Amino acid sequence: MAILDLANPVRFLSLSARILPWIAAAAVVTLAIGFYLAFQAPPDYQQGETVRIMYIHVPFAWLGLFGYSMMAASSIGILVWRHPLADVAHKAAGPVGATFTALCLITGALWGRPMWGTYWVWDARLTSMLVLLLLYLGLMALRAAIDDPNRAGRAAAVLTLVGFINVPIVKFSVDWWNTLHQPASVFRMGGSTIDSSLLWPLLICAIGFTLVFIALHMLGMRTEILRRRVQALEARAAAEAMA
Amino acid sequence: MTHTVFIAASYGVSLLGLGLLALWLVLDYRSQRRTLSELEARGVGRRRANRSGEAE
Repeated sequence: MAILDLANPVRFLSLSARILPWIAAAAVVTLAIGFYLAFQAPPDYQQGETVRIMYIHVPFAWLGLFGYSMMAASSIGILVWRHPLADVAHKAAGPVGATFTALCLITGALWGRPMWGTYWVWDARLTSMLVLLLLYLGLMALRAAIDDPNRAGRAAAVLTLVGFINVPIVKFSVDWWNTLHQPASVFRMGGSTIDSSLLWPLLICAIGFTLVFIALHMLGMRTEILRRRVQALEARAAAEAMA
Repeated sequence: MTHTVFIAASYGVSLLGLGLLALWLVLDYRSQRRTLSELEARGVGRRRANRSGEAE
């Protein structure tokens, strides 16, 4: 419980105020290096120049899944320990994860048109990724629909854990079904099938976007903590005015 | 460069999407901080602190 005790909103505000600018700066530098290498890398022998879309599409996909997994972990914190920071982390991850997932779908469609001849197919990978986006949007709508923040947090946590079944479905959809989407080519048994001249820029871009995700999530958490303080003070002010 | 339009559109929409998200988060943060400062300036939090003997 000692680690949980350390993770309180006041300590989080103090710590995040110090490290957030560094994370944001590291994200900018890492992405600058990543994009430089990505546009210096040779074109793919099949995709040609269109492979440049991979350097943003793949990190968006990973981070869409990462965000949801983080929300699932936060859900356990909400339901088991009723930890306020877990609820804050869960709520703040929603818009960030939804944005990354939506950008994954959009950039995938823009890659699919020249490569597959279509923007969209009801393929298992694409459809499960769309389900992930709908889960994010549904969770945000659920929180907005329930006035009591504690009830909203618990309901969202339960739905998040139920929806977590979609995460392995997204990951293994290309193995379980016959899909138009190519199978895993980076994290797979037997190692990556991507040439190192393309793989390294991809990994550096992925690190850069992960830092962007962390920075945006941290900012969202800081905002949510302040919003809860504002709501508590407004409720107190209203009670004092009535007394 | 082949398929330049699709590559440019992908990077453009990504920049726009992340830019709008960051802008919304920054504006929301500033708005909450401003409201909190106003409430504290009205002494809402201070009265509670004085009653409970806590330092804000």
